[in-house]
Amino acid sequence: MKSARLAEGGDIDRARRLSFTFDGATFDGFAGDTLASALLANDVAIVGRSFKYHRPRGLMAAGVEEPNALMAVGEGPGTEVNLRATEIELTQGLAARAVNCWPNARFDVGAVNNLIARFIPAGFYYKTFMRPDWGFFEPFIRRAAGLGKPSAEADPDQYDALYAHTDILIVGAGPAGLAAARAAAGGGARVMLVEQDPLLGGSLRWRGGEIDGAPAKEWADELSRGLRMDEEARVLTRTTAVGYFDHNELALIERLVDRDTRLRFWRVRAKKVILACGAIERPLVFAGNDRPGIMLASAVHRYLGQFAVRAGERLAIFTNNDSAYALARDYAAAGGDIAAIIDHRRDSPAIDHALEAGLNVVTGDAIATGGASSLSGVTVRDKQGRERRIACDALAMSGGWSPSAHLFKQSGGALRWDDAQACLRPDRSVQAERSVGAANGDFGLRAALSGGHEAAVAALGELAIKTAPIALPRAADKGDRLKISPLWRVRAKGKAFVDFQNDVTADDIDLSAREGYVSIEHLKRYTTLGMAPDQGKTANVNALAIMGEATGRTPAEVGTTGYRFPFTPVPIAAFAGFQRGRLFHPTRRMPGHAAHEALGAVFEEYGGWLRPACYRRAGETPHDAEQREALAVRTSAGIFESSTLGKIEVKGPDAAEFLDRIYANTMSTLSVGKVRYGVMLNEYGVIVDDGVCARLADDCFLVGTSSSAAEKIAFTLEEWLQCEWPDLAVIVAPVTTAWGVVTLTGPHARDILLGAGVDIDISAEAFPHMSFRAGKAAGAEARIFRVSFTGETSFEVNVPPAAVEGVWAKLMAAGKAFGVTPVGIDALMLLRAEKGYLHIGGDTDGTTNALDIGWDHVLKRKSDFVGRRSLLRPADQARDRFQFVGLEGVDGGGALSIGAHVRKIGATGETEGYVTSSGFSPILKRGVALGMVKAGRLRKGEILDLQDGSKRRVRITDPCQYDPEGARLHG
Amino acid sequence: MLLINCPWCGPRGEHEFSCGGESHIARPALASTDAEWSDYLYFRKNPKGEHLERWRHDFGCRQWFNVARDTRTHAIRAVYRMDEQKPEPER
Repeated sequence: MKSARLAEGGDIDRARRLSFTFDGATFDGFAGDTLASALLANDVAIVGRSFKYHRPRGLMAAGVEEPNALMAVGEGPGTEVNLRATEIELTQGLAARAVNCWPNARFDVGAVNNLIARFIPAGFYYKTFMRPDWGFFEPFIRRAAGLGKPSAEADPDQYDALYAHTDILIVGAGPAGLAAARAAAGGGARVMLVEQDPLLGGSLRWRGGEIDGAPAKEWADELSRGLRMDEEARVLTRTTAVGYFDHNELALIERLVDRDTRLRFWRVRAKKVILACGAIERPLVFAGNDRPGIMLASAVHRYLGQFAVRAGERLAIFTNNDSAYALARDYAAAGGDIAAIIDHRRDSPAIDHALEAGLNVVTGDAIATGGASSLSGVTVRDKQGRERRIACDALAMSGGWSPSAHLFKQSGGALRWDDAQACLRPDRSVQAERSVGAANGDFGLRAALSGGHEAAVAALGELAIKTAPIALPRAADKGDRLKISPLWRVRAKGKAFVDFQNDVTADDIDLSAREGYVSIEHLKRYTTLGMAPDQGKTANVNALAIMGEATGRTPAEVGTTGYRFPFTPVPIAAFAGFQRGRLFHPTRRMPGHAAHEALGAVFEEYGGWLRPACYRRAGETPHDAEQREALAVRTSAGIFESSTLGKIEVKGPDAAEFLDRIYANTMSTLSVGKVRYGVMLNEYGVIVDDGVCARLADDCFLVGTSSSAAEKIAFTLEEWLQCEWPDLAVIVAPVTTAWGVVTLTGPHARDILLGAGVDIDISAEAFPHMSFRAGKAAGAEARIFRVSFTGETSFEVNVPPAAVEGVWAKLMAAGKAFGVTPVGIDALMLLRAEKGYLHIGGDTDGTTNALDIGWDHVLKRKSDFVGRRSLLRPADQARDRFQFVGLEGVDGGGALSIGAHVRKIGATGETEGYVTSSGFSPILKRGVALGMVKAGRLRKGEILDLQDGSKRRVRITDPCQYDPEGARLHG
Repeated sequence: MLLINCPWCGPRGEHEFSCGGESHIARPALASTDAEWSDYLYFRKNPKGEHLERWRHDFGCRQWFNVARDTRTHAIRAVYRMDEQKPEPER
């Protein structure tokens, strides 16, 4: 192959020469080149290896449909893989490698697969590796499979996301899209025009022709300038529309250049969409059609016109339609030889014209190709059956055109088979969308211009945008329909590829048909046709037609597989945008975070909040710290921040009635200033949360929830109010973050609070357990709650979040004399286990109802509440349900294993229960545990085997194992 | 992604909302039979066609409202508040 850069022409900047490497070798190109055009200009014939057989492959296309030239670009963490060389803009220093080969595309060790190709047809792996079983072989096969390897390190690039709304979104800026944009913008609509290439114009940039008397390319450039000046028009180049979703929402991926951000993910909601995505040329299926040097006719034409690169020096054209004839004219004008035009058809006006122009036209088919590393000639069989070889170093093929209906199909639209033009084209729209130009099967410049123009005018009308008439742009061509005679495969000896990227041949489709995989969906899965990164852009229509021939069906009868999002491969990072790493799920910090940090807190995440698990001192293990902190609470005093506790104000004349329906227990009888523990169920009777509820005023309650349930419970309250009981006059206000909370707990808690200064009487008589008072404490306006999570006398001091650090510091200072100890979650969980306090979601699960924790009394209530009816079901009252109990080791030893099951002594078979919470109590000097045991409350004192391999035995006890009378709590 | 016309906030993208399933389900009284109660808890319509369902505008007004959505096309025929009557059935 002797490809070369022409002396002039093309959209390249010859003043800006760029150097780049491919598979380690250095080459030159120009600004405006793609990697593909630059490789072709340097006469690099082999640009990759095929997926399965590792056959040498050259460029086949010039656009997104390119199946062969898959590249890895860059080094290290920023490596991008499986990019199509046809879409990579050339930049200075670009380093590209072909992906499916080793050590490089020219000398590939994996090419040994090609030598055994006839032994590995479609289905080979499934059939061969059945014994002993597929799972044995799969790891080895997987290792050999797959295309480029991404870096295992974190992606260093940034990604962006944007939402946009527009009146009219136009996808594609070829002739049809530009004509639509011209009319839409001229009519005063808000317009978005999306083009995957850096320049607008599409085929106008290389196919020639005239519009309104000007060369087509100049018309496009002029219009492009105008649109960029229009404030109501947004032109996005280097942007691919990859998805079409419900209610006219489209997903776009914009490639940003010269910025830290690599890709921008747009979600655009458009009132009207015009799809002007063009069409994709189909390869012809004949033996040896994958040899480097064989390209789509439109690709040869585009490299010539847009990049001033002539593919080869002696070109043969193999076609079944008229569209490739224009290439012969331009290729010859660029100094190339036309070896022959091989036309499958017997006659056509185009053939006559070519013969008149002195071209060598053979009516027949190509049946074989020759050449070592790239094409040296093509063997032709004419209509009389005579065969001859034609020397050439490039072959342009055209099997017809497939409208790029991917987005149309994703929108829900239905396609129909156009027999005359041998293509699937849009038929019935579902969304507010119009396909125009080649994307609609209206081939030809004039049809594209009028289609785009008329669609925009119609959209303006539907949007009731009044505008002066805009003239239709005129082109010279007749706008004829595509003249084509279908040729789905040429029967001859040798591999004829249908899906170039996944190495699926026409014979594989025959095999699939013979073995009964005749549905297009089965064909796809059996042969992997259309499954590669290109998703069968050049393959699918040929495949369904060949399957039709093999099974005596028309292409319309065979049908097509779905066109899935995304249209071209998109890195997952683009969808993630900036929501990754620390921003994936922002963690919340408590107002006093800095104070805990200064004290050496070991933070962990609990329900989205960073909270101290423990405060480790030098030489301590986490367990040591937990034991020290827990003991300090029992013997002197502990301090901890519990700002994360959920707080919801429920206010209104019906607030008490509402909470009576929400809680399993009664809240309306609570007097102002008092606090009551409550349990909430869902309609299934299952416990969803517990906490304390305070009556702030006659018509106002403060509902306390566990930290992780705050948001969920607020939503639940709203749902009941809005959807079930809209007649209740109640408002719900989540106020969790409006209050910071510092809690003092332990025998000296009161002394410390007094020491820090408090302006209300906090004696046990004046301020008893389960009540609250408002006043000034430790220098801040506070609501103080006497509730306890530890079983010791406690004061929960609620203050404005900004006051937390000051209050914490004052209490620490006042507590110094009493040895006040900061306490982490580990110690708190141990303390509540000693007391037998329930931990929702820890001790309970999605089956635990109110009766299982001993709340049978709620059934004596007069009124209904959420979940009550479910508690009446026989299954909810069954005797053998798991019930909440305490467990202690009979040996009096250390902590039991959490999660360990218990069984009757010596018994096997079904479990009798399991340990849900456990720890070593430093005050009791033995293990304490909670668990769920079948009918456990009736079995107090019974001894069971612990099933954790320790051979220990446990006794069922009350949940509360420390201070059961509550003397310390009420102190 | 649906475009949902919140009765309070106007048209917004689906990602701002969450769907609460079938609407207009009457909550049986405490005296209901086990069969009635189980029907309320576990049984839902799954129509091919129009579905009346309730949605909440999580990242907006946090209000619930009803939507008449065609499960085949996702076309939304009506959006109405919790205190409004359901639309006349489609003809």
